[in-house]
Amino acid sequence: MPRVWKFGDSINTDDILPGKYAPFMVGEDRFHTYAFAHLRPEFAQGFRPGDILVAGRNTGLGSSREYAPEALRKLGLRAIIAKSYARIFYRNLVNLGIMPFEAPEVVEVLNDGDEVELEFEQGVLRRGSETFRLTPPPAFLLEALQEGSILEYYRKYGKFPGEGTP
Amino acid sequence: MGLTLAEKILSQRAGREVRAGELVVVEVDQVMVVDSIAGSFFKRLEQLGATPRYPEKVAIVIDHVAPAANVEVAKAQKEIREWGKRHGCRVFDVGRGICHQVLVEERLALPGGIVLGSDSHSTTYGGVACFGSGMGATDIALAAASGRTWLRVPESVKVTFRGRLNPAVSAKDAALEMVRVLTADGATYMSVEIHLEDGAESLTRSQRLTLANLSVEAGAKCGLVVPSGEILELYDVPGWLYPDPDAAYVREVEIDLSALTPRVSVPFYVDNVQTVDSVMGKKVDQVFVGTCTNGRLDDLHEVAEVLRGRRVAPGVRMLVIPASSQVLEEATADGTLLTILQAGATLGTPGCGPCMGRHQGVLAPGEVCVSTSNRNFKGRMGAADAEIYLASPRVAAASAVAGFITTPEALEREETHA
Repeated sequence: MPRVWKFGDSINTDDILPGKYAPFMVGEDRFHTYAFAHLRPEFAQGFRPGDILVAGRNTGLGSSREYAPEALRKLGLRAIIAKSYARIFYRNLVNLGIMPFEAPEVVEVLNDGDEVELEFEQGVLRRGSETFRLTPPPAFLLEALQEGSILEYYRKYGKFPGEGTP
Repeated sequence: MGLTLAEKILSQRAGREVRAGELVVVEVDQVMVVDSIAGSFFKRLEQLGATPRYPEKVAIVIDHVAPAANVEVAKAQKEIREWGKRHGCRVFDVGRGICHQVLVEERLALPGGIVLGSDSHSTTYGGVACFGSGMGATDIALAAASGRTWLRVPESVKVTFRGRLNPAVSAKDAALEMVRVLTADGATYMSVEIHLEDGAESLTRSQRLTLANLSVEAGAKCGLVVPSGEILELYDVPGWLYPDPDAAYVREVEIDLSALTPRVSVPFYVDNVQTVDSVMGKKVDQVFVGTCTNGRLDDLHEVAEVLRGRRVAPGVRMLVIPASSQVLEEATADGTLLTILQAGATLGTPGCGPCMGRHQGVLAPGEVCVSTSNRNFKGRMGAADAEIYLASPRVAAASAVAGFITTPEALEREETHA
């Protein structure tokens, strides 16, 4: 069963992927193995596809480096539940198809290592007999996510979600 | 109800009046790509099956690891040059300087324009009242492919700086104070609209760029400085490029420049801002002057002023990296660099330098660095427990001479009493 990896407030892009481990520094095939290398060195080894990241306020502040969330995506991350997000990081998550849920109350009650199940289309999180409702991202972003990613959406329609005639 | 500066720019571009909260798709003037994401950018364009729609509107700047630090990086940079040639996009190669400085110097970021950069500090363009915003590789690739981007029109926080800086205080101190007041997520998703009044209009373009640069450290989408003073001399500022007096702000903050004292941001968050007094005496191993925040000519002038006739303390490394080749040339021509070198500092190639811990000045475990840059996150410049203190060029220079964190004024007092 997927597990929760819980972090505190203000995890930044240097925490998620230190600059010295960027793909163009260490190679496309290796960079994700350095996710949280400083903050939680066991993360990249221990993270299993489907596991969920839970974090506090202002998650992902810092750099625009998309390869920070991309490293997490490569490890199999599909969803984050946080109290709040930094702007660029939020866009990057959506663009990579990682669902960003904003749910401060749910973050409070989840613990590191909890075993959970997430139906992310519906925004339903289960832990044992408990059920939590998560508000999904805004409609126009979901429109993009439903095509797989915003890239797919643009390729298919030649315009952005919510845009009139290109 | 009137419009904020961000609403003005996005309305102008959207061809209709738009308000905070609305979603708009707008044409962008320039897409800026840095070396460190160029590979991802190329990959995303490939996934799209697209090429740049307007090649002249795409600029790639090799600045984050310049010159290359290893074979991987060298390969990536070779690809940038070849790609640029193939698609007719501008490539600013090793040594030309830091992306944000280069785009301003090349007049690719102009008042009232919209520039998207693959670097979070693209808010810097707001110093010349250009809507500058940082985005990731996918957004940047979409902007290059389409010539457009989607944006949620941001709410605005109004920050009014009043009065004049006293000579011991820099724009960096004002910027750090702004981040302290707003906090690291106080302006998330918002435009930080900076008003300069009661003498503050005299802040130069360089100083305005510093203010706009740090606005992203409060989470901002853009940091727009209302045009005045030097900006009106340097640019043809359109008449519509001002916020309306009755514009709506989420929050209004006032900062009195004349009452400000030197500031320092202590590890490990930018909004941990204190007065220099509170950390005075902290031993330093490295001092770094440079970056898109404070690597310009006026910054180097301040450093030279402090270093003149003095020496960097034994055991301290002082690294100075001009923000661009133009800054390097000017600082060479006017003798500034000679003063800096005679004091025992060393130079790096114009570019980002050690700011993000990739080369040229990486910190060892336990080391302390005073840096004029904009981030002091844990492990950013090297070892996880190395400490970065963010300060003005004056404080950085004085600390290099003393060997511990201090101000030029305190340094002088100490020398007089010695």
